[in-house]
Amino acid sequence: MKLLNWLIAPLLALLSLTPAGAETIRMAVTTSFHNSGLADVLLPEIKADLGLEVQLLVVGTGQALKLGEQGDVDAILVHSRAAEEAFVAQGFGTHRREIMYNDFVLVGPRQDPAGIASAQSAAEALARIAAAGALFVSRGDESGTHKKERALWQAAGIDPTAAGPWYREAGAGMGATLNTAAGMGAYTLSDRASWLNFGNKGDLALLYAGDPALFNQYSLIPVNPARHPHVRADLVARLEDWLTGPRARALIDGYRIGGEQLFTFNAQPE
Amino acid sequence: MDGFAAGLWQAWKLIFTLDPDLYEIVFLSLRVTMSAVIIASAIGLPLGAWLVIKRFRARRFTIALLNALIGLPPVVVGLAVYMLLSRSGPLGVLGLLFTPTAMIIAQVIIITPLIASIAHQTMRDLWAEYHDLLLSMNASRAQRIAAILWDGRRALLTAMLAGFGRGIGEVGAIMIVGGNIDHVTRVLTTAIALETGKGNFAFAMGLGLILIALSLSVNLAIHWISRTERASVW
Repeated sequence: MKLLNWLIAPLLALLSLTPAGAETIRMAVTTSFHNSGLADVLLPEIKADLGLEVQLLVVGTGQALKLGEQGDVDAILVHSRAAEEAFVAQGFGTHRREIMYNDFVLVGPRQDPAGIASAQSAAEALARIAAAGALFVSRGDESGTHKKERALWQAAGIDPTAAGPWYREAGAGMGATLNTAAGMGAYTLSDRASWLNFGNKGDLALLYAGDPALFNQYSLIPVNPARHPHVRADLVARLEDWLTGPRARALIDGYRIGGEQLFTFNAQPE
Repeated sequence: MDGFAAGLWQAWKLIFTLDPDLYEIVFLSLRVTMSAVIIASAIGLPLGAWLVIKRFRARRFTIALLNALIGLPPVVVGLAVYMLLSRSGPLGVLGLLFTPTAMIIAQVIIITPLIASIAHQTMRDLWAEYHDLLLSMNASRAQRIAAILWDGRRALLTAMLAGFGRGIGEVGAIMIVGGNIDHVTRVLTTAIALETGKGNFAFAMGLGLILIALSLSVNLAIHWISRTERASVW
């Protein structure tokens, strides 16, 4: 039985360890927000100011909304306005509070075979990709970025899923999709933060940005305690106050990668 | 090969700078998978032995089912455990979702069929050898199970190590039920997936090399402790 003793003693030691007992809430955030690196700046400050540990679940907007619906997180921070408003309207969230925005950019192979760099609008850029039949990688995962991309195709009057083999759905997060685009030499839509922070750019370059249609609003939605009594609505309210306050404004507006400002704080005081 | 060299360099740096985050992740990986292996063995080994000894109508089907379950996709197990443990699921009140416990539960489900199946296969031969002896000694069923489990312990260790291997490298299930929360449920495999997603290939590869090294050391340590694979003991 010596063997068993060897195995069981450390196991008991392991199981007796419990996580620290600070006040914690769980928040589902989008991959694009997490990839920006802003969370690494905000979370330690939130912990210092509020004594609140925010545990992040980094998922696509579709999964984030689902986690909120099921009551598995206390709040969600996502960027897909129509889906957010539906979420609140169905009573899953108490309200929607705008925090900040950044923008989406079209990236693609440096040589720009479809010539989107000179397009007048995002819709025109997409139309040129379709006309050239150049490879385009879509997130294909019901994320906020995916929903934005579909809205842009619609604005361009193109149904890409029916248009041909140049349109590829990755069904993956922003980083994985950028990896795919880099590997295939394809165009894709990314939020600016993920793009700037992405480590495997390869031959990809930022080719088109600046159309107001590419505006990307992030909002906080507390999960409705009437539906899920166990959620920590009190702690979420404190987090919301902090995220819409002057401290968050300074940190969000001041966050830069390579000298570029990534997010613009636009929360309105209540 | 640049990627591998960079990965090796990253692994080296992480290990020798005593990166506290790395040690936390490694420790949690071990904690989750070892707990799962112990629990899965407590279920799977006796189950394997019982299937060797007991003859019943659905035995053949049970064994086939067990073998089929080895191929269960972890992501499906993860989804099923998520739906069980979700606040809106039947076990939601326990509040276990996104904790290491949830990850252990998922891994137990993934590993148990593998351990039970390998245990069953190795003990089948042993039973053929012991059958007459144990029956002539009028041993009870529990005694028979205990006897072949004990005498087959080295082969059973292989079953456990196979379970460990499947668990420690698994990402689909623990990503869903653990959530890959920093400092809470982040383990080596989910960290690798995250870093790959960020395009930090060298860092991800470094973590991968550490995972392989870890798995290797656990295997060697178990062999050393149990004194198997030595010249004098076969």
